[in-house]
Amino acid sequence: MSVMDWNPLWLTMQLAGVTVVVLLLVGTPLAWWLAFTKSRFRTPVEAIVALPIVLPPTVLGFYLLVALGPHGPIGGPWKDLTGSALSFTFTGLVIASTFYSLPFVVQPLHGAFEAVGKKPLEVAWTLGASKLDAFFTVASPMAIRGYLSAIVLGFAHTLGEFGVVLMVGGNIPGMTKVLSIAIYDHVEVLEYTQAHVLSAVLLVFSFLILTIVYTVNRRLPIHVS
Amino acid sequence: MNTLAAQFDVRYPAFHFQVSLAVPLEGVTAIFGPSGCGKTTFLRCLAGLERSSRGVVRFGNTVWQDEAQGLFLPISQRPIGYVFQDPRLFPHLSIRSNLEYGFKRTASGQRRLSFDHVLDVLGLHTHLDRRPHELSGGEQQRVAIGRALLTSPTLLLMDEPLSSLDGKRKREILPFIQRLDTELKIPIIYVSHSLQEVLQLATTLVMLKDGHVMAEGPLANVVTHMDWRGLVEDSHIGAIIDTVVEAHDLEFRLTRLRFGTRHLSVPHQEKGVGEHLRVQILSRDVSIVTSSPTFQSSVLNVLEAMVTGIGDVDSDHPLVDITLDIGCPLLATITRKSLAMLNLHPGQSVYVQIKAVALCQDIPE
Repeated sequence: MSVMDWNPLWLTMQLAGVTVVVLLLVGTPLAWWLAFTKSRFRTPVEAIVALPIVLPPTVLGFYLLVALGPHGPIGGPWKDLTGSALSFTFTGLVIASTFYSLPFVVQPLHGAFEAVGKKPLEVAWTLGASKLDAFFTVASPMAIRGYLSAIVLGFAHTLGEFGVVLMVGGNIPGMTKVLSIAIYDHVEVLEYTQAHVLSAVLLVFSFLILTIVYTVNRRLPIHVS
Repeated sequence: MNTLAAQFDVRYPAFHFQVSLAVPLEGVTAIFGPSGCGKTTFLRCLAGLERSSRGVVRFGNTVWQDEAQGLFLPISQRPIGYVFQDPRLFPHLSIRSNLEYGFKRTASGQRRLSFDHVLDVLGLHTHLDRRPHELSGGEQQRVAIGRALLTSPTLLLMDEPLSSLDGKRKREILPFIQRLDTELKIPIIYVSHSLQEVLQLATTLVMLKDGHVMAEGPLANVVTHMDWRGLVEDSHIGAIIDTVVEAHDLEFRLTRLRFGTRHLSVPHQEKGVGEHLRVQILSRDVSIVTSSPTFQSSVLNVLEAMVTGIGDVDSDHPLVDITLDIGCPLLATITRKSLAMLNLHPGQSVYVQIKAVALCQDIPE
């Protein structure tokens, strides 16, 4: 029996953390646009954002692998720029996870912004706030529950992904070998003790974080009537 | 005197909003009309919340909007306060932070109203550390008014600020709005579908219908104009007169009101001498006599008047409107038979007997 290797756990946390940050930066303007646009592209964009929910992870993983590879539309230019392709790297994993977890961040934010609506923003504007000012001081705090859900769901969903990371990241220890793949590997070679420990860690962690979020959420001082 | 000149032309699927107006920048200008006439659209266009492709807004000598010149001042840069139909307080902020939101965003050099002064006028000192949902609807609306005032606006736009409140709350807030005009000297544009509120508050009146201006001008002139009859219920047709309490007659329990050089006697009012009182004289309560009233009459208020206009005598309706001048416009409704008997004509000197005087704060809905 080999020694317990905690590297995959650390790598997974890093991946989920970075992905959530990227998702908030990308997802917030996208969710805002979806909540307030009257454009006829709204529905197709909404459908595209929701695709990762219904697609098998291997399909998404396959396309991402092609796109991020040395000859792909994203990986190609990236290779010209940096000298290496994106597939089988940590950066590639972040990009893949961003696509994979996009709906889990955009949808709660979209709903929260819609619930806030235009009315409080109009008030803020008439009180002298610029659009950006009104977004940060009125819309964002009023949508705080949406943000909380988005962060937790985005983080948790990235934590649990398997198919996409396997396709795009391969299984390189210390670089792309995340927790879910490590557990699979342990089971493959009948190392049940290690699989048990890692699975239990993930289970308890997920349970704790969800409990904390639901508790905090209930106590948030937001009363929209 | 400064005026606010505005022109808008907005086409909606079932509605063409086309308005060109110039209103004085003092007192309360009421925008009055039935639901769906474009009152709120007018306010939203003025504020810049709605954009009209051919819009023009001139505030005194400052141009806020002139689409032909490609000029459009964004809402946040227009010196207006906007009070919406619902209070729309920020639920994540305390009452104090709500009030401070616009105050903080107003350059200190631009602040003409102090924080404490506004809180005094609106009676807001007690709830500062509470959250909006802990306040009643009336209190919330007062906070919303205070929040708008604290940006020291040069124009206050109010969109039916009392419509979500019951009668008791309305009577609680109306005096505050009157004090904004008299104490803070901020011109107000007040949108309402309630004639009662309008008659109580307005100095200038604009009537909208189906997106068009039907009547506009000083309140006393508009409500005594013949065309006004077609626009509101008959039971509301009459003159509005602003008076000052001059004396109380304790023996007969009467109060003497003065307007210009004329007087009216009304049942005793709990008002101090010198206080203002706005009254309504319904046209059906005015009768006309041509000779000097040497006879005795039970009617207390008999005034000299001059006939200024006679309504449509060719209709087959038994009644006809007569406009008169008693130092201010007055409207009388008499029968066509009386008109023929008295042989009235414009320019003629007559006497009017006023049978009843109503106080504007008591006018029923």
